[in-house]
Amino acid sequence: MSGIVNMKNICKSYYLGDEEVKVLKNVNLTVNKGEFISILGPSGSGKTTLMNIIGCLDIPTSGDYILCGNDISELNELELARIRNKEIGFVFQSFFLLPRLTAVQNVELPLVYSNIPQKERRKKAKEMLFRVGLSDKINNLPNQLSGGQQQRVAIARALVTEPSIILADEPTGALDQKTGAGIIEYFEKLNEEGKTIIIITHDINVAGHAHRTVNILDGKLTEGTGLNDP
Amino acid sequence: MILESIRMSLMNIRKNKLRSMLTMLGIVIGVASIIALITIVQGATNNISNEVIKLGGNKIYINVIGTPLKQGLTQNDAEQISSLDNIAGVSPTITGKTTVIYEKNILKDIVIEGKNEVYFRADPDLLSSGRAINILDLESKNQVAIIGSNIVRELFFGINPIGEKIIINGMLYTVVGTLKETTGFSLGSTNDTVIIPYTTALRILGVKNISTLDAYLEDTSMADHTIMEIKGILNQAFNYNEDAYNIYNMGDIIDSFQSIMSMMSMLLGGIAAISLVVGGIGIMNMMLVSITERTTEIGLRKALGATPFAIRLQFIIESIFLSLTGGVIGLIFGVLLAYVLGAIIGVGVSISLSTNLLAVGFSATVGIVFGYMPARKASRLNPIDALRSL
Repeated sequence: MSGIVNMKNICKSYYLGDEEVKVLKNVNLTVNKGEFISILGPSGSGKTTLMNIIGCLDIPTSGDYILCGNDISELNELELARIRNKEIGFVFQSFFLLPRLTAVQNVELPLVYSNIPQKERRKKAKEMLFRVGLSDKINNLPNQLSGGQQQRVAIARALVTEPSIILADEPTGALDQKTGAGIIEYFEKLNEEGKTIIIITHDINVAGHAHRTVNILDGKLTEGTGLNDP
Repeated sequence: MILESIRMSLMNIRKNKLRSMLTMLGIVIGVASIIALITIVQGATNNISNEVIKLGGNKIYINVIGTPLKQGLTQNDAEQISSLDNIAGVSPTITGKTTVIYEKNILKDIVIEGKNEVYFRADPDLLSSGRAINILDLESKNQVAIIGSNIVRELFFGINPIGEKIIINGMLYTVVGTLKETTGFSLGSTNDTVIIPYTTALRILGVKNISTLDAYLEDTSMADHTIMEIKGILNQAFNYNEDAYNIYNMGDIIDSFQSIMSMMSMLLGGIAAISLVVGGIGIMNMMLVSITERTTEIGLRKALGATPFAIRLQFIIESIFLSLTGGVIGLIFGVLLAYVLGAIIGVGVSISLSTNLLAVGFSATVGIVFGYMPARKASRLNPIDALRSL
């Protein structure tokens, strides 16, 4: 159990009326520190459910999930919120920036919930926007930014708490080819700096940039081709 | 984090200006009506109490029905009561109705009251001009009169009545004083009354006995003891027939009147409080709509690590802010309304701090109570469902 993410026999099922729908079936997954891994699967394969469980937004029906040494099944809602805040940086397909907050305020948001004082918050958020190359857009509202810029703000927001994992759900799904490629390049750069990155995608080209790909189909995980050639 | 919550709440209120203002209106109306109603009722209570106290909070009112053998009090009985320790003085009243004439003006059925000097001493504000009845008038049964403001207007239009002669029941009287006009809620108005010395009245009105007597107390806390003593005298006078007389302590009457009025003000305040509750439901409704609209935002905040408490705090603060702002605006309107209504009705208005604190505190409570349910609902949203809803 050396990885950041250790999943053993994870099952997740929902009830549609009386009928039990098994979304995840005995998933085993280990992600080590510094890995760049993609989870590849078509829609309906259970990959979003898997991401929700990895991101502690949802808890498995059965199985063990240890995230950074924490047994998720033993945590209450408050502790789960803390884990999400501290260990996980989310990047969503549709960015989910709050429209009434400026870029820097959006990046600050997770720090608000870790009770970091305003000044320090602002400083960290600015630094992070500088790192994603948006230091001239600090006070812009999301609708004054292009899609790629918005996603970079979202990445800055994911990075600002210095989480153990960056968890990206179809990060290029709402972007055009070229901009998407730029974002993926940025993830590669982050990985070179030592960040652990998990990308969930249905796009084999995006998945190809990761160092390891796992396929998910009908709730079952199969190890992919192993190391992708860069 | 609280500061942050306040900032976020304000931002949301600003974004939905019209909606927030309409929601606040419910609280504004509620608080304004509570303040206006309670203040007006309190003002009216004070006014009426003052009038009643003017009639004498220190007064014991004795009304004699009499027995077949003895119809009323004699002057001797009155003097006995007057000589009790705690009695500052007694003022008998002898009432009759007769015609009053000045030159060619004739007024029929005018109330003539026989009084003594104590009556005028008890309330120095009674006279508008001239002098009061004095002991000399009583001893020599002088034919002098003090007339009410309506009588002045009807008999002496444009003439100073002091020193003029009027004819009461066929006899000539000199007008020595005029009474101040009584206004407002005043009980026992004397505007249409002519007052003459009671000794004179006993003679000319054909009345032999005193049927009503006001006894003025020196110490009102001893009222009960003094009433017992008066009863003793009256029991002797009427051969222990307690049905022959009634004794009223004006202090008791004022007390019970004031307790009735305070019940009134609580009742009206309670009715107004209902509108505040309706306003609170308005806030709850708006908060619920707002939460539905902001499901994604709530989901995102949860994904970024907002605890249920943080989410709850944000919405509760928003609700408290709405209701408290509404409360303060309502307070201002309520006070203005109270002054305007007070001026129209003719009631002196005084704004009490306790009423204001009550109204503002109540509106904040409404914010907490009606904000709690929506806030709890928001904090319990499942982040996955919330993020999916986009």
